[in-house]
Amino acid sequence: MSATRYLAANRFGLGRRVGDPDVPALRDAQAGLLRQLEAFDPAPPPIAALPRPEAIAETYILFREQGDAMRREAGGMPTANARATESTPQRETRQALNDLYADAATARFAVAVASPTPFAERLVHFWSNHFAVSTEKQFVSGFAGAHEFGAIRPHVMGRFADLLIAAVRHPAMLLYLDQILSFGTDSAFAIRTRRARSGPGLNENLAREILELHTLGVRSGYTQTDVTAFAGALTGLAVAGLGRGAARRLIPAGSRPGDTVFVAELHQPGEQTILGKRYPDTGAAQAEAVLRDLAVHPATARHIATKLARHFTADDPPQPLVDRLAADFLRSGGDLASLYRTLILSPEPWQDGPAMFKSPWDWFVSMARGLPVPALGERQNVAGLLRQLGQPVWRPESPAGYGDTVATWAGSGGLMQRVELASRIAGGIGDRADARALAPQLLADALTPDLAQAIAGADTPAQGLAMLFASPAFLRR
Amino acid sequence: MILSRRAAIAAGIGAAALPALAFAAAPTHRRLIFVIQRGAADGLAIAAPTGDPAFAGARAALAAEAATGTRLDTLFTLHPAMEGAAALFAAREAHVVHAVATAYRDRSHFDGQNILEGGGTRPYGRADGWLNRMLSLLPEGERSALAVAPSVPLALRGALPVATYVPSRLPQADADLIARLSALYESDALLHPLWESAVRTQELAGDIGGNNGRNGADLGRLAASLMTPADGARVMMVETGGWDTHSNQHGRLAGQLRGLDQLVGALKTGLGPAWADTLVIVATEFGRTVAVNGSGGTDHGTGSAALLFGGDLARGGTVAADWPGLASTALLAGRDLKPTRSLERVIAGAVAHHYALDPVQVGRALYPELLA
Repeated sequence: MSATRYLAANRFGLGRRVGDPDVPALRDAQAGLLRQLEAFDPAPPPIAALPRPEAIAETYILFREQGDAMRREAGGMPTANARATESTPQRETRQALNDLYADAATARFAVAVASPTPFAERLVHFWSNHFAVSTEKQFVSGFAGAHEFGAIRPHVMGRFADLLIAAVRHPAMLLYLDQILSFGTDSAFAIRTRRARSGPGLNENLAREILELHTLGVRSGYTQTDVTAFAGALTGLAVAGLGRGAARRLIPAGSRPGDTVFVAELHQPGEQTILGKRYPDTGAAQAEAVLRDLAVHPATARHIATKLARHFTADDPPQPLVDRLAADFLRSGGDLASLYRTLILSPEPWQDGPAMFKSPWDWFVSMARGLPVPALGERQNVAGLLRQLGQPVWRPESPAGYGDTVATWAGSGGLMQRVELASRIAGGIGDRADARALAPQLLADALTPDLAQAIAGADTPAQGLAMLFASPAFLRR
Repeated sequence: MILSRRAAIAAGIGAAALPALAFAAAPTHRRLIFVIQRGAADGLAIAAPTGDPAFAGARAALAAEAATGTRLDTLFTLHPAMEGAAALFAAREAHVVHAVATAYRDRSHFDGQNILEGGGTRPYGRADGWLNRMLSLLPEGERSALAVAPSVPLALRGALPVATYVPSRLPQADADLIARLSALYESDALLHPLWESAVRTQELAGDIGGNNGRNGADLGRLAASLMTPADGARVMMVETGGWDTHSNQHGRLAGQLRGLDQLVGALKTGLGPAWADTLVIVATEFGRTVAVNGSGGTDHGTGSAALLFGGDLARGGTVAADWPGLASTALLAGRDLKPTRSLERVIAGAVAHHYALDPVQVGRALYPELLA
């Protein structure tokens, strides 16, 4: 066993905070992590203060209405450069949309930096990345924070099935994976509008990604037929207020903008057979039944066990750990807290010292947690900073989320970026934070005498701080 | 450039007006620049006491280099890399003060710089700096102060608002940090090749000594351009690093001093007629050992030299020193140049002369714990 205290705070957390009590032995470290499972707060103040999905949806609706009004004024002609000619209110709404994303990213960061349950926060980030949405799509950018805060956080200590259902039914996911464009080919709506130029049809995107990424895993035996059938079962899911075209009029009365709703007239009628099991047409309940079965499937257990084990050990996770987690998952029916307990009490994540390379997010959060003064000014653009570091918040390039291997993050340009940022931040606070005193606190048993000496020999206090945060140990978890 | 410069300056002035002090200076166009040498610059190389009989023996290999510089007087020789400074010295626009030190007597850069900037008597004893306290002595319209740094350094921090300006052309990670990280990553199988590749692609232009000293000239030109306009900064702090010459001092320090020399030269050129009203103070946190160590460098010492430049110095063209001598019995703790002058007094005296203020009152304002 090596660097137990460092691993407890970094592999299982987001880095030590100045003044955190020392954790001397493995057993205490494990007990501390177990306690975090109970103490986790799903809605701490910075998150609770953010706008609700309804307000987010209303901003989008306003923006669309302003755009429609502009086009009407222009006689229906599309303007060559819409942004250059947009009205002041429209520009303000666009800014409000940008702010939704920026404020959510800032809140995520604030919570991560201050959290007394960083292991639980790490799990939130893990699941948020597992159920990745991406702000590449304009509609998603305002909802991405709400997805993590409203769908992931409340279920992160519960059952995988509930987490899965909440994550995929959230407006952000329905918008990101095109579910709002998917209609049953034999649905009442499709039959009624069939004569239109191009009839609405099935979109398989969400169904495929749930099978490939969120549950069973790629090449786990499902077929194209399963994907199509599952996509059929999912039809009818829509987001109130954010649809396009005729389907907008079908939103059930009384739903608020931004609500996930089931529109029966869009649903593909009839039974669906998925992975050999028949699901009668029970409307909205049909897809939910499929999701609940997928959530406890042995392939899902293996897929989740492998990803979780990798996140807490190494690129090629030790097979005994994967097997143990998968068995726990199956036995408990996907009880996530049980899974985490098994993980904490397993020997594998505690071996071999810090080997995983921190992602830019992990690294930057751990740096901010380790400083006795705020790393960033009040008006610092957190989202922009993470973009610069190469891991923009909620903006992976694909629904697979950000990669979780050493090679994903250990690049030469990225390393220089970190050094420059560490240097810049240290330059701002170098005389208020003593790296010589911080190093043993933050690196704990991962601090080598050589490193301590190198930091003490730094040219300036700021240089010492930059060396601490760019040190081989601190870059890893 | 103009826009961001003006924005940077505007951000720092005009706000909090403090109660006017009774002995504030009369309105002038005077400008003051504090150049800090972080890392403990070797005063015995900057102004080498070649006339001290013990010098050549103590400095061994480094003594030969010193002898090729410009003689300042019977005792001291300016480092050969400082050709511009030698010309300024001849024109009575440079002044050297030797065997100086702050109140600090230990050997930690961190603590030493904290005292040099804060102006207190113990490390981390003050949250504001002497340069900010100095602003309160100036007429209200002349307090615009700027740090060429990513954030306000301690010397400029305090009650009066100041601005910072980071030239985006200068990379954030300086060559010295890069070199230290190279050593740190050397035995790391993952990081070593990554870092080698990152450094190869990085333009190493951050330190003043880089690019044969031209980086120093760039920094000086930039600083001058920020002080030249009518609404420009009147007080400025310029940070320089890379003075911690534990090994191979011969080449490294020459590069640093060439950069410093060009920095000062570019300041004079850039400020033009305003040079006549300008004072440049160059100081470091402490000095280096008299003896050369086993790797051709010097270790942390105590007494060092401070440099003053400007168009209206009290004692331009002279070296001020109560020289303690370099005989082994004269050294502090058997290894360091013994400081015989207080750097704080030197700074307070120079400031008082520059703004025509009462030296006692200036001392009290800048160094309330030391010169009260």
